[in-house]
Amino acid sequence: MKLRHGLMAAAAAATLAVSPLAQAETFKFAFQGNLSSLDPHSLNETFLLSSLNNVYEGLVLYDENLSIVPGLAESWETIEPTKWKFNLRKGVKYHDGSDFTAEDVVFSWQRALGEGSDQIARASKIKAIEVVDDHTIIIETPAPNPILTSDLVNVYIMDKGWSEKNGAQNATSASDTNSGNFANLNANGTGPFIVSEHKPDVKTVYERNPNYWGSMKSNVTTVEFTPIKEAATRVAALISGELDLVYPVPVQDWQRLEEAKGVKPLAGPEARTIFLGMDQGRDELLYSNIKGKNPFKDIRVRQAFAHAINLDAIKKKVMRGQATPSGLMVAPQINGYQADLNTPYAYDPAKSKELLVAAGYPDGFEVTMDCPNNRYVNDEKICQAVVSMLAKVGVKVDLLAQPKSKYFGKVLATGGYDTSFYLLGWTPGTIDTENVLSSLLMCQNKEAKKGMFNLGNYCNPKVDELSEKVGSETDQAKRNAMIAEIFKIVQEEYGYLPLHQQPLSWGVSDRVSVVQRADNQLDFRYVVINK
Amino acid sequence: MVSFLLKRLLQSIIVMLTVALIAFAMFQFVGDPINNMVGQDTTQVEREALKEKLGLNDPFLVQFGRFAWNAAQGDFGISYKYKTPVSDLIFERMPATLELAFVSAVLALVLGIPLGVYTALKRNGWLSKFIMTTSLIGVSLPTFLTGILLILFFGVILRWLPTFGRGDVVEIGTWATGFLTISGLKSLILPSFTLALFQLTLIMRLVRAEMLEVLRTDFVKFAKARGLPDRSVHFKHALKNTLVPVITITGLQLGSLIAFAIITESVFQWPGMGLLFIQAVSDVDIPIMAAYLVLIAFFFVLINMIVDILYYAVDPRLRSNDG
Repeated sequence: MKLRHGLMAAAAAATLAVSPLAQAETFKFAFQGNLSSLDPHSLNETFLLSSLNNVYEGLVLYDENLSIVPGLAESWETIEPTKWKFNLRKGVKYHDGSDFTAEDVVFSWQRALGEGSDQIARASKIKAIEVVDDHTIIIETPAPNPILTSDLVNVYIMDKGWSEKNGAQNATSASDTNSGNFANLNANGTGPFIVSEHKPDVKTVYERNPNYWGSMKSNVTTVEFTPIKEAATRVAALISGELDLVYPVPVQDWQRLEEAKGVKPLAGPEARTIFLGMDQGRDELLYSNIKGKNPFKDIRVRQAFAHAINLDAIKKKVMRGQATPSGLMVAPQINGYQADLNTPYAYDPAKSKELLVAAGYPDGFEVTMDCPNNRYVNDEKICQAVVSMLAKVGVKVDLLAQPKSKYFGKVLATGGYDTSFYLLGWTPGTIDTENVLSSLLMCQNKEAKKGMFNLGNYCNPKVDELSEKVGSETDQAKRNAMIAEIFKIVQEEYGYLPLHQQPLSWGVSDRVSVVQRADNQLDFRYVVINK
Repeated sequence: MVSFLLKRLLQSIIVMLTVALIAFAMFQFVGDPINNMVGQDTTQVEREALKEKLGLNDPFLVQFGRFAWNAAQGDFGISYKYKTPVSDLIFERMPATLELAFVSAVLALVLGIPLGVYTALKRNGWLSKFIMTTSLIGVSLPTFLTGILLILFFGVILRWLPTFGRGDVVEIGTWATGFLTISGLKSLILPSFTLALFQLTLIMRLVRAEMLEVLRTDFVKFAKARGLPDRSVHFKHALKNTLVPVITITGLQLGSLIAFAIITESVFQWPGMGLLFIQAVSDVDIPIMAAYLVLIAFFFVLINMIVDILYYAVDPRLRSNDG
């Protein structure tokens, strides 16, 4: 570590000598969660991927608008529907000085695919990699895949030599018997920042990489990250001037930030869609007073629910005006979004009541709703609002709001989809609709690994058939037409009840400018200290 | 004395095993750890495989047995979240908590005892009444609120003191201390006062009550009648006789200072064991929770033992009974 610091100092000195940066600029920020590992393949989690993308890079990167830009690959082309040729960037060096070559890409792909990795889903989008020369590779996919590059954004490249030398060939996993995987606490990437200190759950310090291949907007030389779990402490630390950025900020604290000097709230729509799901698979609901049949199998009941929920009221009262009511299961930032179909179900309680009468429930019925209380922005409050809105049309909802570990343990596949009515949020990791189709809209199918988060098992063979085609259709126009058709079907069948896109909520000091990406990631490349 | 210590040691092992057993029974209800260990794209099959590999499908007695057996050999397992050995994590965090608890205990004693003596002696003085009234706030305000109010006042409004963290630390061997840097000491003030407030009030009220009791006894009256100076009567005769209960309470409270530092640590993002534990609860990091609870049980047993030994030192009657 000492030696490392020495190197750091030398590196910093070199930066000062060659770059126009006049002095050390430290950017300090806090997030509610922690950086659990430095291993880029250990956990497929937003914050980990976001932090490590400043240290490690993939073949391609996202820019500030979530468009794909060249990363470690300079350019690429599709030579056959299932074969992509990537020209790798020349002269890129890892933080320890070794060269980046094609062999590292093959190694990283195998590591991401191997034991202990949590990036298997992404890595398995690649069938084989052929090394043409040190800076050219051909990637073969199992089927034509129009969005291969979106999957590659988060498959970070590690140095083969470094990993092998330090015994870190396999990804860090909690079930490892050889604990203390070197890559868990040490990093060696190609990115613009170098990890100089990492104490899990206490502090992580990054220093600017003086030899970074790319140019960036940022003038920051040091980044200090501290996890702060308590929202009140986080906000206080920002207002007191100790930190430059904190996130997330509770929406109820926005006014305080607006009134305080030198800080402001930074809000934008997140690419995450919050929605309600209903069990349409079982013949009898697990949690309801209706026995022998499942009310949600009746489209009129689902429609009644759709018209009973007042999205504007949720936006105004629960989200303090900071949500975007949605009629679709994907946000505008997502590839495949259909603007003309994004009309939320109209609020019409009278119609709801009529529909319930027609469906044979003139006095409504009882059902239990599962809800997380520490996962999404104001999740429990949204559920409470939904409960009272449904009560107005006669449906008595018993709310079961729990911390996310309990909630997910119950409603997900591991808990046997133990729910009748639930609230969930989803951001497709690929920023593409296909992920929503295969995870949420296709029928549950354990063998095919489809519909694994379709907790209520909404199932329509036509949707399945089209979704399969979307997965391999390379013609964008045809692809979009099929996506539109799927969304139409799901809307007409009231398969899901989308609520809104929740807001991103950051608190920023006037001292810095940052880019707030819709996937809630913080890219240090865009952090500028104002002078 | 040796047999006493041996007996205590045996008891402590039983206490720790019981705590671990109860803890493992509770872990069945904290939720599913797997969901926190993998991302949303991880398939069901991989989730099941991980669960099986970690032994989470075994009955809880089997899980408990495995934990106890490994713990007996000094192996507390690997954290689900950080994927490093739990013992490393806990030892890394221990200095922060112990320093905080130590400073709080000293603060509570150094302020609590004199204030207790003063309020007992000047029972009807306006200052005593004022201290007694404000001390009610100390016992009735929840730690969380005290912490936030202090942060707001000294951190945000006055900006004298840091609002979170430990400041810069100096590593002496494996012990990271905050005592040697200005920012470390400044960072200690708010959390240690927050943590000490309850104990301070408790000790003060206890000393006061005991003093009032002792001041009424015959030997104090005789001491006064003998013409001894007030100072000697109050501190040599009276205070010394109040110390047995004070030591017991202080000792036990030291245990709670360490154990209940959890709330203070999370308000101030103080990187100690308590924060590690509370984070582990939300992550369902069973190995950390288990190790922490057993360790805290051990602390309590240890402190009780030291308190018992101190009795011998303070109270001569116990010594003669023993002989």
